[in-house]
Amino acid sequence: MSLPANPVIRLQGIHTRYGQHWVHQDLQLDVQRGDLLALVGGSGAGKTTLLRQMIGLQKPDSGIVELFGEALMAGSRAERFARRRRAGVLFQQGALFSALSVFDNIAFPLREFGGLLEDEIRALVLSRLDMVELKPQHAVLMPAQLSGGMVKRVALARALALEPELLLLDEPTAGLDPERSGRFVDLIRSLHDGLGLTVVFVTHDLDTLSALANRVAVLAEHRILALGSLDEVHAVDHPFINKFFRYRQTVDEAGEPGL
Amino acid sequence: MKRHARAQALLKAPPPSLQRQGQRVVLAGDWSLFALRPRLLWTRAQLRLQGRGAEEWDLTGVSRLDAFGALLVLRCWAGREPATLVIDERQRAAFERIRASAAAVLPTVRRDWLLPVRWLGQTLCSAGSHVRDFADMLGMVVLEAMRFAIEPRSIPFKEFSAALYKAGMQALPISALVGFLIGVVLSYLSALQLRNFGAEALIINILGIGIIRELGPVLVSILVAGRSGSAITAQLGVMRVTEEIDALSAMGVSRYQRLVWPKVLALAIAMPLLVAWTSAAALAGGMVCADVLLDIEWAYFASALPNVVPIQNLYIGLAKGGAFGVTIALIACHFGLRVKPNTESLSANTTASVVTAITAVILLDAIFAMLTRGIGVPLR
Repeated sequence: MSLPANPVIRLQGIHTRYGQHWVHQDLQLDVQRGDLLALVGGSGAGKTTLLRQMIGLQKPDSGIVELFGEALMAGSRAERFARRRRAGVLFQQGALFSALSVFDNIAFPLREFGGLLEDEIRALVLSRLDMVELKPQHAVLMPAQLSGGMVKRVALARALALEPELLLLDEPTAGLDPERSGRFVDLIRSLHDGLGLTVVFVTHDLDTLSALANRVAVLAEHRILALGSLDEVHAVDHPFINKFFRYRQTVDEAGEPGL
Repeated sequence: MKRHARAQALLKAPPPSLQRQGQRVVLAGDWSLFALRPRLLWTRAQLRLQGRGAEEWDLTGVSRLDAFGALLVLRCWAGREPATLVIDERQRAAFERIRASAAAVLPTVRRDWLLPVRWLGQTLCSAGSHVRDFADMLGMVVLEAMRFAIEPRSIPFKEFSAALYKAGMQALPISALVGFLIGVVLSYLSALQLRNFGAEALIINILGIGIIRELGPVLVSILVAGRSGSAITAQLGVMRVTEEIDALSAMGVSRYQRLVWPKVLALAIAMPLLVAWTSAAALAGGMVCADVLLDIEWAYFASALPNVVPIQNLYIGLAKGGAFGVTIALIACHFGLRVKPNTESLSANTTASVVTAITAVILLDAIFAMLTRGIGVPLR
């Protein structure tokens, strides 16, 4: 099987450090179109940092970041911003603009994009709300009036506003109860299938991982330790991977006889 | 790797296009938001001109159709489906997704004729709530002070020291600079007038009383209200936004003890000292200017000053400083604790804090002037 020439994201030789502490050393990672890639690793392994580097919110100390086959910082200001608009980001806390209503939050990227008529924006915002299973009457609420799960949904709707090709999710299910988190995972899955998105997400939650990912990248020892389907990664014999996934296995094994 | 082949095809997709062939409209190319954006006006016009009344739509040549592309086409139909529509599953899904939303309406806010009445009521209630909250805080501050007397262990020395450093120590350079320059300007303007009357020596009286009694305290108050008052409000406000204040309460730590008291006490002590410092700087500026313009030597200026300015003026100036400091700190804390967890409330309260503090200081100054009108003014 031959891989296509241009992965959506290509990270090459990424070095990052905070002070004296190395986070990434010579890290390589390619994300292919259509991937649902999970980035897992211990706390402080630099998963969120890597996610931020993919869209240029943070610059690695050295290394190459390519987005959609072009260097992240290449081209004029307009080209750089246009490249960034093709990616949507769901921040861990949602990062909704607290001064704007739900409607205006989702409409914001559309209005910034320019050229759209107000009633087109309205229809698009409502379709995004519908996509994340929120009702039109939620549109007039302010972010402070939303529950945690709704904040995530609205933030996802905002990230999807411009129909991005790439969706980056930082801990999409953190802070949601198991049922909500399960529904959120289903939602992202259906969006991935329906819109043909490429999704990269960071997670600590093994349930989310197994329910959502079609590829898994394990970040440890300053690099991508293993990359492949969940089973392939499971099969890798490495102390960190054994420890990381063993907890779940023991839970499964302990749980089975009782069922 | 069918998916990847499709992806490659997408990358090389031609721009969106539209052709009318008799009753038939043929769409082709990439009908997504990003591809449509550069030729949006053209596409809208084409849809309106060519698409009108067409009975047959063929979308087989469209490589990508997103919600926005579907919306444009849907709006062209104006609610009436064409008789023949050639689309694939993916495109049908895009139409389905947008169709319901295009028709849906936002819950409209009903026009409220009672709005002015409601506004008046809300304004009065909010004024009332300000008074209540402020009184609440004042009472709590006094109660905390009593608790300090019983339980000296709970006095927040560290916070007090930090606040003193920030509000006092770090304000020294800027207040000295402003004071010195005001002194120079005041001395210069007075000197021009006094020279006309041959009353040069009176400049010591004018600067001495004016700066020590009035200008020094008010000047420093305005500086501190802008500098420390806004900082206190913003700090408490951010702590509110990040739920730090709730965390304090949950740990059973009084916010008045830990947050309000150190700041009130710090400003109560720092302000008189800052007033003395700034007045000294302003007098120094005045001396320099008087030396240059009126040939009054600075040594003479300094030795004459205690004779023409009764010492009560200094006490009044310092007392004012302390009172203004407490006022600024209380007002800043009051607005800081009223911040609601959103960015707009934070900025509105910070602005209100500074404006209210400066207004309150000037009001207080007027009251001080009335109460002390017989003290320290040499009447001849």
